[in-house]
Amino acid sequence: MICLRITGTMFYYYFVCQRKLWYFVNNITLEQENENVLLGKLIDESSYGREDKQVLIDETVNVDFIKDWKVLHEVKKSKSIEEASMWQVKYYIYFLRQRGIKIEKGVLDYPKIKQRKEVLLTKQDEKEIEEILHSIEKIVIQEKSPEVIDSKICRACAYYEFCYI
Amino acid sequence: MSESFYLFSDGELKRKDNVLRMTAPDGNFKDIKVNMTRDIYLFGEVSLNTKALNYAGQLSIPIHIFNFYGFYTGSFFPKETSVSGKLLVEQVMHYSEDSKRLKIAKAFIEAASYNILRNIRYYNERNRDLENTINEIKNLRNGIESAGDIKSLMGVEGSIRKVYYECWTSIIKQEVDFEKRVKRPPDNMVNTLISFVNSLIYTSCLSEIYVTQLNPTVSYLHSPGERRFSLCLDISEIFKPLIGDRLIFSLLNRNMITEKDFEKDSNYFYLKDTGRKKILMEYDESMNRTIKHKELGRNVSYRHLIRLECYKLIKHLMGDKEYEGFKIWW
Ligand code: SF4
Repeated sequence: MICLRITGTMFYYYFVCQRKLWYFVNNITLEQENENVLLGKLIDESSYGREDKQVLIDETVNVDFIKDWKVLHEVKKSKSIEEASMWQVKYYIYFLRQRGIKIEKGVLDYPKIKQRKEVLLTKQDEKEIEEILHSIEKIVIQEKSPEVIDSKICRACAYYEFCYI
Repeated sequence: MSESFYLFSDGELKRKDNVLRMTAPDGNFKDIKVNMTRDIYLFGEVSLNTKALNYAGQLSIPIHIFNFYGFYTGSFFPKETSVSGKLLVEQVMHYSEDSKRLKIAKAFIEAASYNILRNIRYYNERNRDLENTINEIKNLRNGIESAGDIKSLMGVEGSIRKVYYECWTSIIKQEVDFEKRVKRPPDNMVNTLISFVNSLIYTSCLSEIYVTQLNPTVSYLHSPGERRFSLCLDISEIFKPLIGDRLIFSLLNRNMITEKDFEKDSNYFYLKDTGRKKILMEYDESMNRTIKHKELGRNVSYRHLIRLECYKLIKHLMGDKEYEGFKIWW
């Protein structure tokens, strides 16, 4: 097994689209110009005060905000791919706990719709996360990219033009 | 969204708080809104300092520079922010393996010559009587597939271009200035236009390649080193007929550019400022013109077609989908 730094974004993309994950890891990123991403950034910057936001842990995961090193927050602009966001937060909890930080729970914040959702990490989840990390590594070392998924989420994806041209 | 800024006056380009400010000797200034800027073109005599360059660099804004005579001299190309090791390795491998390189080079010529043919057809339908040219080019195009190496492919390309340029006198109908005169000046005027417009396309390709992870110095049709950013030359080939040549035809046929826009004493090598401005305005307009893209089902600008071409090339290099050059479909 190769030892990869698996970032939260990679973990998130694993659930969203494996092709996106593969291109992202190979540094073909098309995000810069995507307006959704810009919007995401703006929300980030305005949601919390200066301190504690965007903490980069062990040069791998980038957590939006950790309250008292106990509750971690992840800001999302919409609930469209909530399953993926949830797993991303679970992964953060897992990652931080592995490094001895006693995280109690995670919270998904949706400032735009003024909602939040609690995320807990169970023993069962932990096992699953380990399996997922393994699958991510397998995808990443693939020589060729996974196929276009032809799903309705493609239209809003930064890679849409790239994938469908 | 983002814009190209064309600056003609002489003056100073400096960072002023959060804008780049161009101040003319008479004190008039123009602020360039950096967050909306794709690239900047300098045509006048401009002094700028490292502070301005650092700022442009930080914002990833290329600056393209033209000399007094309107010839492209070079670009300030900010440091690459997005690089992909895997893509670079593939880009180089596709260059160094002859069959892989030839395949991509052929795709460029295939598309470029198709687009050339499309232009000639257009004018043929407008009573220019170009059947012979069409047939000649069709025949020459058959040689693309069978070309065994880059050199013979370049030969085919050269012959196509020669036949193509020969019919320009039939396409260009500018009675007063171009037909009645002896052959040499009009030729020069057209040549001057071609080189100016082609350099614009080259810089646009550079600006688009810049935002992708392609390395602009590794090319397939042209030899790397022919120009510093030779991949721009490759990609330009496809867009010269669609954007450049059509622009020249329309400028001349609508009498928007005439003899008077050139300095006579320069033997029509020198395009006056007024002429350059007119061309740039039309150029910018045609780059922003949109078409409904068949595969994407979206409206895309001509300029964006260049970006899409980069995407297709990346996909080819990554072994995702075989590259086919852009062909005019309307
Ligand atoms: S456009 Fe669709 S297939 Fe392509 S990366 Fe995005 S989600 Fe995946």
